[in-house]
Amino acid sequence: MTDSRATDPISRTLDEIAEEFALLGDWEERYGHVIDLGRAMPPLEAALKTEATRVRGCASQVWLVAEPEGDVIRFRGDSDAHIVRGLVALVLRLVSGRRAGDILAFDAQAAFRRLGLDTALSPQRSNGLASMVARIRAEAQRLATPAG
Amino acid sequence: MTDAAHVHSVHFDAAAVRAQFTVLSSTENGHPLCFLDTAASAQKPGSVIDAMSAFQRSSYANVHRGLYGLAARATEAFEAAREAVRAFVNAPDARCVVFTRGATEGINLVAGTFGATLRAGDEIVLSVMEHHANIVPWQMLAAARGLKLVWLEPDAEGVVAPQALEAAMTPRTRLVALSHMSNVFGTVQPAEAYCAITRAHGAAILLDGCQAVVHQDIDVQALGCDFYVFSGHKLYGPTGIGVCIMAEAWADSLPPWQGGGEMIDRVSRDGVSFNVAPHRFEAGTPAITEAVGLSAAIDFVRTLPRAAVEAHERGLGARLLLGLRRRNSVDVYGPALEARPVVAFNLRGAHPHDVAQILDRRGVCIRAGHHCAQPLMTHLGVTATARASLGVYSSADDVDQFLDALDLAGRMLM
Repeated sequence: MTDSRATDPISRTLDEIAEEFALLGDWEERYGHVIDLGRAMPPLEAALKTEATRVRGCASQVWLVAEPEGDVIRFRGDSDAHIVRGLVALVLRLVSGRRAGDILAFDAQAAFRRLGLDTALSPQRSNGLASMVARIRAEAQRLATPAG
Repeated sequence: MTDAAHVHSVHFDAAAVRAQFTVLSSTENGHPLCFLDTAASAQKPGSVIDAMSAFQRSSYANVHRGLYGLAARATEAFEAAREAVRAFVNAPDARCVVFTRGATEGINLVAGTFGATLRAGDEIVLSVMEHHANIVPWQMLAAARGLKLVWLEPDAEGVVAPQALEAAMTPRTRLVALSHMSNVFGTVQPAEAYCAITRAHGAAILLDGCQAVVHQDIDVQALGCDFYVFSGHKLYGPTGIGVCIMAEAWADSLPPWQGGGEMIDRVSRDGVSFNVAPHRFEAGTPAITEAVGLSAAIDFVRTLPRAAVEAHERGLGARLLLGLRRRNSVDVYGPALEARPVVAFNLRGAHPHDVAQILDRRGVCIRAGHHCAQPLMTHLGVTATARASLGVYSSADDVDQFLDALDLAGRMLM
């Protein structure tokens, strides 16, 4: 597998995350790890949890803030549910601080399949995650396209 | 009306009843399926599935218009289902039993017919505890006709007190719309008192019986309500069918609602005259097979010894409530000591979706969210709760499996 190792930053991070998950056993450990990732993520300040930053289509409440910083986009997010918060942390670890082009080239579905999190999550949950990923892509698209 | 059932209330073989629900012997994520979401929709016994299948295979045709034997038999089965419903809730006459797609459509039917008689400034009394189905149609009607909605609140015991209703009644009150049993608290409401108060003020009352009809005998004449609605799918019957019981006076006087076939007497270029109740309110081809399924579900419920079933559900409800209350990290909503088949709760510091997701891994099905009762969530000061609900097929093992899984969720989330 060494020769297939990725070179772009998102894929390299995904490789790291995949190695972490490979150490985990049953679903309880995987969920536990996701919950821990959520706990480790700094919470979004209350003032940023607005209707504008709320991601629609999530079973629980999810907020996402996108801030362009030079040629990359910094994302911050939060959720009122522990497991979703962990998944938000996971996604942001992959996409935050990346260039718009890299974000748009990233296949989130495939990444979650690789981590074994696609089937582990209820469809409603996955839809929520899908809404968040769609929002990230939309932000990347918007910021990649020069205004005017 | 169910005296016959009570006479036979000597023995209730819980295991034999459970065995009629084949899905309950399956596994989910390597654990026995533990179905505690009956308040959302009940599982179906084999007799309901078989009755619908047999009807589709051998007796199906459209109803009320065929001039051939098959259609006549289908019509007989459909009207026999109506009679089964009538007897089940002791409605005065079959013409008072209107088939709808569900309880939601039943309430919209009342909003569209009785609601058409209301004028600007008239008042509708409802509670923050209602399911959205018993809120939104009234909000839409109020916006369209300039009506005033008057909101009641439940007390600490999860009950809308009759005194609160009495205090809300004014000379402009035309309709009271309240549930007979809360879909969040699982508490039975004093519906008979609501009806007496409403009658004394010359208004009409609609009772949402979706949850109540599953757990207790209903006698609409003893209650004295104007409208009583419930759905088939919570009563171990199919989706796509529900009932709106109308008092005779309303069945005979309300204007039609949806226009179409079945509900007319004569149609010409110049106009239309309408059929009588209940067909007047049943435009289009009805859910024929589903009506047969509902009839089979009612047969299933009526042949059970109701008193023994109530005792069985009460015992499980107590086990569930006490199990939850023994856990310091759990908040239970509603009365502290009343055993009931529906219990809303939260694991402190965790989102109910987290809880439901972890329980799912242990084969346990519960509901988590606002339960189509957002005004009640606001009243309770929460955005969502978890909810476990019991059915006739539930067992002590279900409750224990649920509590074990809840402990695991607590360990993982706290």
